Amino acid sequence: MAELTYREAVAEGIAQEMRRDEDVVFLGEDIGAAGGVFKATVGLLKEFGPVRVRDTPISEQAILGAAMGSAMTGLKPIAEIMFSDFLAVCWDIVANEIAKARYMTGGQMSMPLVIRTANGGGSRFGAQHSQSVENWAMMVPGLKVVAPSTPADVKGLLAAAIRDPDPVMFFEQKSLYPIKGEVPDGELVDELGTAKVLRDGDDVTICALAAMVPRAIQAAEILSSEHGIEATVVDLRSLVPLDTKTILRETAKTGRLVTVEENPRLCGWGAEVASIVADENFWDLDGPVIRITTPHIPLPAADELEDATMPSADRIVREVSEKID
Amino acid sequence: MASKPKAAKGEGRAKASRKKTSAKAKSLANDDIGEETRLKLWRSLLEIRHVEQRAYDLFLQNLIKGTSHLALGHEAVAAGFATAMEKDDWTFCTYRGHHHTLARGASMEGVLGELMGRECGLLQGKGGSMHLTSVEHGAMGSYAIIGAHLPIAMGAAWTSQYKSTGQVSVCFFGDGTTNIGAFHEALNMAAVWKLPVVFVCENNLYMEYTPIGDVTAVENPAGDRAGSYGLPKIVIDGNDADEVYRTAQEAYAKARAGDGPSLIECLTYRHSGHSRADPGDYRPPGELEAWLKKDPVPRYRDRLADFGIDKKVIDGIDEKVMQQVEEATEISKASPTPSLELIEKDVWADGGVAWRN
Repeated sequence: MAELTYREAVAEGIAQEMRRDEDVVFLGEDIGAAGGVFKATVGLLKEFGPVRVRDTPISEQAILGAAMGSAMTGLKPIAEIMFSDFLAVCWDIVANEIAKARYMTGGQMSMPLVIRTANGGGSRFGAQHSQSVENWAMMVPGLKVVAPSTPADVKGLLAAAIRDPDPVMFFEQKSLYPIKGEVPDGELVDELGTAKVLRDGDDVTICALAAMVPRAIQAAEILSSEHGIEATVVDLRSLVPLDTKTILRETAKTGRLVTVEENPRLCGWGAEVASIVADENFWDLDGPVIRITTPHIPLPAADELEDATMPSADRIVREVSEKID
Repeated sequence: MASKPKAAKGEGRAKASRKKTSAKAKSLANDDIGEETRLKLWRSLLEIRHVEQRAYDLFLQNLIKGTSHLALGHEAVAAGFATAMEKDDWTFCTYRGHHHTLARGASMEGVLGELMGRECGLLQGKGGSMHLTSVEHGAMGSYAIIGAHLPIAMGAAWTSQYKSTGQVSVCFFGDGTTNIGAFHEALNMAAVWKLPVVFVCENNLYMEYTPIGDVTAVENPAGDRAGSYGLPKIVIDGNDADEVYRTAQEAYAKARAGDGPSLIECLTYRHSGHSRADPGDYRPPGELEAWLKKDPVPRYRDRLADFGIDKKVIDGIDEKVMQQVEEATEISKASPTPSLELIEKDVWADGGVAWRN
């Protein structure tokens, strides 16, 4: 076991796969010589050279077009979109082209590519560099959607995403880049579409993703010590495929579901999870589903405003303790 | 490659030579294109012309639904570029892509069947007119969002550069595409990375219903932008299959030599409206008639005669192609509608559509 930061795990995951497969290439803005604006790709240019690790102009459509064109002709590209907000300028390539090519052509095309991007708030960057947009990707048929919360999951899920024959949107939560965690030594390949139960409790099931996972765990400890409420915490890790078996099993066990998401209120992934549980676990529920989200507003920049906007451990504790007795 | 003169010159040569057929016929052996290739070009022109006309007829019979963008008038661009390609080169085109798909060798029933939503269609009815694709023929997709496929073609060229395969990606688009961001992003990156990709603008003078000159800052929408990416300005007569073929050869040779992309503007004209819904009323009187005089198909028929090729051979190919179109039409009409099982197939590489366990 080695202790790695979340950002180091990104580079480790990419390097592990580039070492084993010559067809894996990596492109994006400032990813090579600069090592990434979040320093998540340090060392890759040095190890793999400028033919496989390619710095690009600020041309997001060209970056993702290059990824798609190379993926459909035999490479396995990893493309970085520096901030997930920038997906809006190349969403055509993602939603209209990459996601639909296999289906529209009756299976003639394969799209083994990964789009990595720094997602989410907590870094005081304001509304155009802080959005949590994994739900945009979740809505488009043909995209797999992954969002890890720990360094070990970053490395293992990134490796799995690179090996996956389908397009994977890989959302790294940018405020998590400095966090540290134990990562198993040697080759690490996880499985997409699998949630993890991180804490076991009998009273309520909290489903969370990415940066909301450590907050949910912290909230669960406070709920236990201060309110006598024991929470199960499920890290979804992947929205597509969605591990509904784990969600339904863990919700049936406690009879209560809480979703904690960074998304603005409307059509966040929590709404889909709530809908599935209401459809399929209705008779196991002991009370209404609780959705904890960012309000339906653009994310503000200042410390106090951003902190008061995104779901915090305190807010999770407050909402859960008030609504569950 | 320097800037090329426009249509008039080549046309003038052809007309002049018509009067002295026998002299021209004697020089056939020294011709850079040659009879065999010319007959290939001829067949390709006819296949496109007759299939597109048939598609139009099938619309009127309500056997083709949705929309469709015919390439009547654009035949020489597709025939010239495709005939100059190697088998494993890759074509990327737009929603106006029937001609490019046919030119790579996709079957007529594959094209007509897809337009009619039949099982025999290239995509078994899942894509429709605007998404014709035949990967086995190197027809790597028809893209219905303006500009999207320029970066995608550039990406395919990255594969051939990375793997040193010598394959060229050829990307066709209309004049309207030159005003969208993806065009400029792709041109720049392809030039910086020196990728083996050939960008071909089919300038038919109209972006959908609007004259391209009314909405573009330069006279040649593609040609005048080439300098921005360190590329020579190339504007050619897109209704002259020979000129297109020769230009394609040069661009492919440059790409295969590792000397990077080309941007070629082909001047042409669509004989019908933008799409099924458009009668083309916005065109000034006389414009269509003037362009019909430069119709690439009869023009090439004259060219073949100028080179002394037997009329029987020329007409024989025409008859054979018409017969193929008839057969393809019957096959498509007889083909069943697609199985409903296809709805839940092929979102993922495992063949399925599951998003949950």
